[in-house]
Amino acid sequence: MFIGFFLALRAAGVKASLREYLTLQEAMQAGLGDYDIDTFYFLARATLVKDERFIDKFDRVFAESFKGVLRQKPAGPDGVEVQELPEEWLRLMAEKILTEEEKAEIEAMGGFEKLMETLRQRLEEQKSRHQGGNKWIGTAGTSPFGANGFNPEGVRIGQNKTRNKSAVKVWDKREFRNLAGDVEIGTRNMKVALRRLRRFAREGAADLLDLPGTIGSTARNAGYLDLKMMPERHNAVKILLLLDIGGSMDEHVSLCEQLFTAAKGEFKHLVHLYFHNCPYETLYQDARMRIGDRLATADVLNKYDHTWKLIFIGDASMSPYELIQPGGSVSHWNEESGQVWLSRMLQHYQKAVWINPVPPAHWQHSQSTKIIRALFEDRMFGLTLEGLDAAMRKLMRS
Amino acid sequence: MAKFTGTASYVATEDLKVAVNAAITLERPLLIKGEPGTGKTILAQEVASALGKRLIPWHVKSTTRAQQGLYEYDAVSRLRDSQLGDARVHDIKNYIVKGKLWEAFEADVAPVLLIDEIDKADIEFPNDLLLELDRMEFFVYETRETIKATNRPIIIITSNNEKELPDAFLRRCFFHYIQFPNRETMEQIVEVHYPGIKLLLLREALNSFFDLREIPGLKKRPSTSELLDWLKLLLAEDIGPELLRERNAAKLIPPLHGALLKNEQDVHLFERLAFLHRRGQN
Repeated sequence: MFIGFFLALRAAGVKASLREYLTLQEAMQAGLGDYDIDTFYFLARATLVKDERFIDKFDRVFAESFKGVLRQKPAGPDGVEVQELPEEWLRLMAEKILTEEEKAEIEAMGGFEKLMETLRQRLEEQKSRHQGGNKWIGTAGTSPFGANGFNPEGVRIGQNKTRNKSAVKVWDKREFRNLAGDVEIGTRNMKVALRRLRRFAREGAADLLDLPGTIGSTARNAGYLDLKMMPERHNAVKILLLLDIGGSMDEHVSLCEQLFTAAKGEFKHLVHLYFHNCPYETLYQDARMRIGDRLATADVLNKYDHTWKLIFIGDASMSPYELIQPGGSVSHWNEESGQVWLSRMLQHYQKAVWINPVPPAHWQHSQSTKIIRALFEDRMFGLTLEGLDAAMRKLMRS
Repeated sequence: MAKFTGTASYVATEDLKVAVNAAITLERPLLIKGEPGTGKTILAQEVASALGKRLIPWHVKSTTRAQQGLYEYDAVSRLRDSQLGDARVHDIKNYIVKGKLWEAFEADVAPVLLIDEIDKADIEFPNDLLLELDRMEFFVYETRETIKATNRPIIIITSNNEKELPDAFLRRCFFHYIQFPNRETMEQIVEVHYPGIKLLLLREALNSFFDLREIPGLKKRPSTSELLDWLKLLLAEDIGPELLRERNAAKLIPPLHGALLKNEQDVHLFERLAFLHRRGQN
């Protein structure tokens, strides 16, 4: 049963296992499905999806797989399929308040109630946004219904509150869309993303005396001292954050700002420095990049040793000259090219990633992004939950 | 088998009911996630009271180990007793302290076991409980006995998403994500908690509340529990709906907003926005 659905789910990247599939069968056998498509949807979701990030994918596959099964609403006259209207249409229609004159005119059509009734009926018949014409509701027509019309009987009404609430639409609403893992990080997803950072921050390892363990094993050992050690659980991870500020980066600044202010609270050792487009021999301690805030990159490399993890956040799009040519910088004369400095930093910090707010699909169109990505040996990640997760894993592993 | 349909004090959405009933019928754990304050922990209490079962809560902390849920061997007491020549020392059973899982397994009537905030614990914690939750049995090494659940308890696990849970663990659970309630559900929830609240006040309060949630950049958006607290305060202070409606004037900040915004930065952000808004109107 539902093998096609299950396989479609897996193909769409929802990691449901055979075990969960069998659980669903078992649940169906126990009568939990209730022979009702809604209940089945909830049941299948609770059984097959184990992460809210995948619920949106699940909804789409479900809609696709069970399209034919769903109860179709009867088609209206003219064979036009009945469908729900966009909410904003109806809201706009509610705006106008009728004057006494208008009400009198409405009488011509059979009274206010009749008008509302007809309008509701036509709303249900109408298939798509309509321009002109004399029957369908739309803009600039002569039908009595709709906005900007010329018919004096024209009226805007609000949506009937008990409008046919179609339960079939539960998965079509796609309420879980902003929880999907591959969308770009918004404020909503920021917290979850940073918890990923914290998880990785707690995995630092060091040896520590395990006092309860020592007491326990000493007692077990009939009183002879038996020392137990355990790994330390504190934030041992040190992060050097380099942020690209200014120029092509400006549209991403606020996003990065959010990411890193939140990150600040999560780490004991977090140093953030700024650069413009590409890091050269100087970095800046402040986003305003004044002369007094300068730091020599060589000093930075000496101060923070190789145990620090390096995270670049930047869009990596610039003129290739800024990267490969000495003197290519847009803001000053650089003796050595950006490429040289980048590879120097990468040599020093083995654990380094580049997080790029530009969607990965666009990376191939930028020459400089390709060069930097090659320099980083593919350790460039998008600023999405999935990207961030992969980046953190890379930092922990490499 | 009794079905869970929500209680007098808890509004359960349709999808939540399906998930809970599936977990009850198939005797598998139910994993609940959702924004803080959407009633994850309360759910277990309500399921227990709805089905007339006992609730055994196990609140997990960062230092909690899986073994503590099963049992602990109190070696120190035994050592002390041996020094004092206590006769109890010969039987190791006297020093096995039962954990919450053991308690739940040996109960005569299957209880509801709540494993609260499982993500707070060490990353290996869920893995250590795999077999125990799956087969509902475990082995006590010290006494060489196997503890098996007489009646499989209803297990409800909550998580705040601080850590990823291992796949093997997830596969054994049903999963439900509590969405933030929409307006109608919210009205029902308020009605359940403060029956007969003035309709006008409720409408204005909900307006303010949903507006507040929409402000971009809030660190902690207020959720259901904050709303309920705030309403309680509004009722206690006898603040009328007209005061809430004055949002366009100098009083853009709703009264007693301390109940809704828990973060200093959020309050600052909000005040700044209110100031800008006010300036824009003059």
